[in-house]
Amino acid sequence: MPLIKNGAEIEDVWQFVDTEETVPSSGNVTVSLAKLIEDPDLLLARNQQIGVRLAPADDPHDLIPYLDRIALIEIDFPKYVDGRGYSQAQLLRRRLDYAGELRAVGHVLTDQILYMNRSGFDAYQTTRADLPHVVKALEEYSAFYQPAADGQTSVFSRRHSKV
Amino acid sequence: MYRYDEFDAQIVKDRVDQFRGQVERRLSGDILEDEFKPLRLQNGVYLQLHAYMLRVAIPYGQLNAARMRKLAKIARDYDRGYGHMTTRQNIQYNWVALKDIPNVLEELAEVEMHAIQTSGNCIRNTTSDHFAGATKDEIMDPRPWCEIIRQWSTFHPEFAFLPRKFKIAVNAASHDRAAIRVHDIGLQIVKRGDQIGFEVHVGGGQGRTPVIATKVHDFVPELELLDYLEAIMRVYNRFGRRDNKYKARIKILVTETGAEEFKRLVEEEYAAQRRSEKIALPQAEIDRIHAYFAPPALSKRSARSQVFLDAKRADKAFARWARTNLHPHKVPGYRSVTISLKPIGGLAGDATDDQMDVIADLGERFGYDDIRITHAQNVVLPHVALDDLPVLHSELVRLGLATANESRITDMIVCPGLDYCNLANARSIPIGQEIQKVFDSPWYEDDIGKLHINISGCINACGHHHVGHIGILGVDRKGEEYYQISLGGRADEKAAIGQIMGKAMPADEVPGVIKKIVNTYRKLRTGKRETFIETLERTGHEPFKEAVYDAAH
Repeated sequence: MPLIKNGAEIEDVWQFVDTEETVPSSGNVTVSLAKLIEDPDLLLARNQQIGVRLAPADDPHDLIPYLDRIALIEIDFPKYVDGRGYSQAQLLRRRLDYAGELRAVGHVLTDQILYMNRSGFDAYQTTRADLPHVVKALEEYSAFYQPAADGQTSVFSRRHSKV
Repeated sequence: MYRYDEFDAQIVKDRVDQFRGQVERRLSGDILEDEFKPLRLQNGVYLQLHAYMLRVAIPYGQLNAARMRKLAKIARDYDRGYGHMTTRQNIQYNWVALKDIPNVLEELAEVEMHAIQTSGNCIRNTTSDHFAGATKDEIMDPRPWCEIIRQWSTFHPEFAFLPRKFKIAVNAASHDRAAIRVHDIGLQIVKRGDQIGFEVHVGGGQGRTPVIATKVHDFVPELELLDYLEAIMRVYNRFGRRDNKYKARIKILVTETGAEEFKRLVEEEYAAQRRSEKIALPQAEIDRIHAYFAPPALSKRSARSQVFLDAKRADKAFARWARTNLHPHKVPGYRSVTISLKPIGGLAGDATDDQMDVIADLGERFGYDDIRITHAQNVVLPHVALDDLPVLHSELVRLGLATANESRITDMIVCPGLDYCNLANARSIPIGQEIQKVFDSPWYEDDIGKLHINISGCINACGHHHVGHIGILGVDRKGEEYYQISLGGRADEKAAIGQIMGKAMPADEVPGVIKKIVNTYRKLRTGKRETFIETLERTGHEPFKEAVYDAAH
């Protein structure tokens, strides 16, 4: 599935392993939060990198003990109208200091990508948005009223900063 | 009035360009209707019974002459010559073509207007007291905070896909004209010493499960307001129900979680905010926005106006209008004027392009270029000198805009109903018109005094029937339009949900029943100073039920 990061389409070297499946001995894998918590030592002891995929109802705070050993967090949007992933992303970036890749997966559409980017996502796995549209979507606005996880200065502050 | 700076202008311009692209992709089939829906909805574009409807935001109901003229022009050029004022102080156009909407948005941007977040599951237009900045009974003008909330909530990346729509209202007067207790978040501005703060009410709402809001905080200092709102919004976004559209509003989260637990969740989230997460609204920014709402330089007038007194003596119709449609102003010699959009037999809240143009002229000539839309679907000129009222009135008479019925029984809130709306079960407009005919007598209407009738064509309650002193709800009974009547609702500081009287009835019985209710009040009241709602609260509902249901059998 196409993966877009930093304005380019890149190869996806990660594989999602469902709860019922066994984790292969090689390759980078992401697992559900439940699977990670069930046997963290086994997973984190693998030679390859480990990532986690959050479902909308998952609490990002549950990742605190593992954050420094996780290389990828995927946030799943089963339906684009379910906006819980935006709060998960903001919490991971701004409260829990997660600095690794934060990837949106699932029903990821061009017109939500700017909001995702502002909420802290930096990678998008999608079949519903192609690269030129994504790049354009991220450039459609140049000013934002409120601060968010993308670190842009809010309009509220820009109005009063001496340039 | 707030004016856009280069940032505001750029954001609105970017939105117009973005939506133009989205419409092009939709018309070419590049995006599916299902995926286009949330995009058009966040731009106020609904697919209705007959056509697309465009809802244009009027932040806290604030207009000026230039904006009103633009709304008139849009009605003329893109619609069928009229617009419909809504209970969110917005305006709707019912007959706009999708391909024209990007051009309409571009025209709106010329007068610093937009349709951003007028629908969709996001934070909607912030509403307020339509007499803000003019009324005697406010502790400050609430509009600067409405504007700050407007900006903060515009394209907020975390809260664009909430479980359901989200409405915020701000009031700063002792009398609540903004209905804050039936909003998702209602803010009452309060003072502690010199400090401004907000009493925060959460989880009020109407719809199929009407709830009066819970107070979650007595005093959030002004510098912390936006951070506190973020905490509430995040709790709602994370924990609000998404499994059932009808249980997705924050009121359900508050009631199912329990008020205490909900408060704890908000407090916990708020306490966890780090310094780097704070909005850190600069004091200079608060001051900058407040400066736009400085009181207009009203020319000095005497508190007593001979012109006004003479006109009242000479012209009965003027005297009556002056009794019903004026509100006290904080400056001597001035009044706030309500221009009623509820003519007898008319379409509640509708204004034609010509009427809008003339209201714009009058606002400029007599009203210091300040024009408001009210949540009761009327227009207000907040600052008019007593001396100017007779001339203003005669101009309004000429246009059919001088109906003297503000807050009277014929000044009803009426949703578009089955005549226009996809969701409705029954018609609302004709019911309102039939009721108006019963009470179309100045003597009768004056005798009844203040009485709010609100009519909704379905359980979604767009006509605010739950909080009408008399509420009327259209229901579908085996394919026939029936109406359920409730009593005792109110949207003010004593907010209450009306109680259903009894069995629903067919349309032709409704006007007669309303008359029975009203005449029961007239019989029971202690005197003419006791209003309908006061009598009802004193006597209880029984005598009214008896009058309606027992006498008939």
